[in-house]
Amino acid sequence: MSISINFKNVIKKYNDITVIPGLSFAIKKGEFFTLLGPSGCGKTTLLRMVAGFNSIEGGEISFDDKVINDIAPQHRNIGMVFQNYAIFPHLTVKKNVAFGLSNRKLAKEEIEKRVSEILDVVQIKQFADRMPENLSGGQQQRVALARAVVIEPSVLLMDEPLSNLDAKLRVDMRNAIKEIQRKVGITTVYVTHDQEEAMAVSDRIAVMNLGTIQQIGTPQSIYQRPTNLFVASFIGRTNVIERDIRIDNGKCTLMLDGQHVVDIPNIIIQTASQNVRVKVSIRPEEFIIDTASSEGIEATVLDHIFLGLNNHYFAELVSGEKVEVIQESTIGDTINPGTKVRLRIKKEKINIFDYDSEVNLIEGVSHGF
Amino acid sequence: MVSNWAKKRDVWSLITLGIIVLYTFVLVLPLFTLLKASFTGGEEGKLSIEYFLKFFGKKYYYGALFNSLKVTIAVTIAAVVIATPLAYIMTTIKIKGKVYLQILILISSMAPPFLGAYSWILLMGRNGVITNFMSNIFHINTPDIYGFTGILVVLTLQLTPLVYMFLMGAFKSIDSSLLEAAESMGYTGIKKLVKVVMPLIVPTLLAGSLLVFMRALADFGTPMLIGEGYQTLPVLIFNEFISEMGGDDGFAAAISVIVIILALSIFLLQKYVSNRKSFSMSALRPIKEKQEKGLKNVLANLYVYGFLALAFLPQLYVVYTAFLKTSGRVFVKGYSLDSFKMAFSRVGDSIYNTFLLGIIAMIFVVIIAILIGYVTVRRRNAATNGLDIISMIPYIVPGSVLGIALLLTFNSKPILLSGTATILIISFVIRRLPYTIRSSAAMVHQISPSVEEASASLGASNMKTFIKITLPMMLPGVISGAILSWVTIISELSTSIILYTARTKTMTIAIYTEVIRGNYGIAAALSTMLMIITIISLLLFFKLTGKKEVAI
Repeated sequence: MSISINFKNVIKKYNDITVIPGLSFAIKKGEFFTLLGPSGCGKTTLLRMVAGFNSIEGGEISFDDKVINDIAPQHRNIGMVFQNYAIFPHLTVKKNVAFGLSNRKLAKEEIEKRVSEILDVVQIKQFADRMPENLSGGQQQRVALARAVVIEPSVLLMDEPLSNLDAKLRVDMRNAIKEIQRKVGITTVYVTHDQEEAMAVSDRIAVMNLGTIQQIGTPQSIYQRPTNLFVASFIGRTNVIERDIRIDNGKCTLMLDGQHVVDIPNIIIQTASQNVRVKVSIRPEEFIIDTASSEGIEATVLDHIFLGLNNHYFAELVSGEKVEVIQESTIGDTINPGTKVRLRIKKEKINIFDYDSEVNLIEGVSHGF
Repeated sequence: MVSNWAKKRDVWSLITLGIIVLYTFVLVLPLFTLLKASFTGGEEGKLSIEYFLKFFGKKYYYGALFNSLKVTIAVTIAAVVIATPLAYIMTTIKIKGKVYLQILILISSMAPPFLGAYSWILLMGRNGVITNFMSNIFHINTPDIYGFTGILVVLTLQLTPLVYMFLMGAFKSIDSSLLEAAESMGYTGIKKLVKVVMPLIVPTLLAGSLLVFMRALADFGTPMLIGEGYQTLPVLIFNEFISEMGGDDGFAAAISVIVIILALSIFLLQKYVSNRKSFSMSALRPIKEKQEKGLKNVLANLYVYGFLALAFLPQLYVVYTAFLKTSGRVFVKGYSLDSFKMAFSRVGDSIYNTFLLGIIAMIFVVIIAILIGYVTVRRRNAATNGLDIISMIPYIVPGSVLGIALLLTFNSKPILLSGTATILIISFVIRRLPYTIRSSAAMVHQISPSVEEASASLGASNMKTFIKITLPMMLPGVISGAILSWVTIISELSTSIILYTARTKTMTIAIYTEVIRGNYGIAAALSTMLMIITIISLLLFFKLTGKKEVAI
């Protein structure tokens, strides 16, 4: 029984300090929704407000049409997975998983059956009678997940569930989480500061900063068309350079350097002046590096790192800015430090932001809420 | 992260309120009664400082204040001076049988305080074995054990293990890389000790010293038995209160107030100093013990075994005398169990009372400590902070003072408790609580709040979460807290000596009164039993917790 979650002008205050100044958005039924942002951005605070562990100082959170502001956590019918798993250390795996069901006064056989089913799903059936201290981190995580899901909650809340695992296990577990979520079909709110993890598991991502949502969108849309400079630099890596756009008869030209200019047809600028200062975000893979051509921004290679799939180059533009460039690695020589090169850009991929407000000026970019 | 959810009103607010009311009734009210009583003395119904003038007007009275200060400061310094090398040796040097030595040191600290005094009298007193032996064989007069010397020796031996235990904890938290870093920069030997090790243990030394100071200041049995003319404040209070020529309650109350002010000033001073010096450490790689060779090894072993011999042998001698044949009040040649038989027939009630009162008090201590420990950690607010402070008051109020306060408050209707077992249990409970609350709060601190949130998210009510999740996780600590409470309660003397009646006499009081009457055989038999109970309880504690140390 999945539900949608609606946030209407939600406010969080600690004493007199407002940490979330008023959020409005909606999470769809059955969706895997991720709150992503740097630490201190309010994502965990918001999640705990949904769970009921943090109070709500203003606005409403509702599950479908039912406002839950004043409902105790016990009665919200949520499943929660904590950063430190919060496994009950004195209970066996089976009893941990059965804990929520026994609170719901189900028949013994029913509890047995459902526990056994979910242990199958998360693949820890062989550990059913073990004590938690004899489980690895990944196994404990599966117990925590099973315990949260088995009660068939209206919504599954996960607070940085993978941050205590090592890198390889983290990848395995995030695939497992995604798969289990899809199988159970439950509305899921997931909190993380790891953007790669967020991209891997989410249907939609909300990027947060300083208590406000910057953008909500699919992993693809927030990566390719970030709504502002914060999102552009928080998701993935990017080079930001400041340039002018010349407007001539409604035609916009980006002045990359003295000789190199490109037309930008899909930009919206409302101004009377001829030159507009902008910030340009060019991701490392949106550069094309060229040693032979005479077209492009003049640059000098400073250093390079070979990472198997790709070659990472660090280059200094003729104007003095340093940029990172990624090229698929090829057989043969790499470009040596000191080499003069030309950098062209994949102009349909780059993003251009207003100089002051840092809002994306490219056509059709949506903040998603 | 502050959990607002936890701040909401629930069953815990009610529990907090209930405990505050209880404390107001059995602790705050009696202390106010005491304060009020101390300011009477002039005309009926008027406030007066006559008692305080009386105290500072006569050397006989204010002398006790100086005696107390002298004893307390000397004991504190001696305990620190002896305990520091002891803990340092036990941490850094391999000593034979260390595990057992650890346990013995702890047991010696848990023995009833006045037993030490009694045993030293048996050895070095006017008619003591060593005294007689020396004067009969060598015609040497051994130094007088009565008075200041005796109190100093007995209390130092008794309280050194407390500082030792504090220090062992501190040494354990010093990472060996700190010492290695110091050595790599050229600090070795004594220089390393003074410049690196000592500053690291200063906060711990301060905390340990405070505890020793409070214990020494409040101790009643030792100066009463071995002090003779050397009167300390607790003895003076007792004498003024119980005096055969009609005690003066108000005057005893006034002296009590002076003691509390003294204790409070020292407490605040220590807090002030240690707040400025506090830091936290944790060791990934604790200091490892090394096998020393030659003279250093001999001296180290000698120091440890020497201390234990001094702390233990006198008490073992008491045990020995319990098995001597007696004729009337004197020991005669041969061995028998007569003293035990006499003890059972004459003061058998006291054994029963000790168990009954001790167990009831222990149960209350554990339950209340769990509840207070929980609310002060998980539901921080003005009320629980207040509760935290109130519950710590008995830490600085000497037992005899608390006894008087309780008696003054509950010796008349509507609440007539004097002479009942209830008033003894109340005193045991509130005196022990500060220690047990500290350890139960520490246990709650170790439990991640998210475990409780997980339980709530799974639909369990707050009370159910506490009973099914939090409490079982606290259980190991609860059990050890219970055993330690039991051990300290059964060796309690200073409050019960004021509150007991013939029907509520406990073993410690029986030992004390039998010693005073000169029935050394019975006293020794009872002491032996008390010691055995203590040792069995502590061994049980070690077995159940798997620990080799005790958090006081």
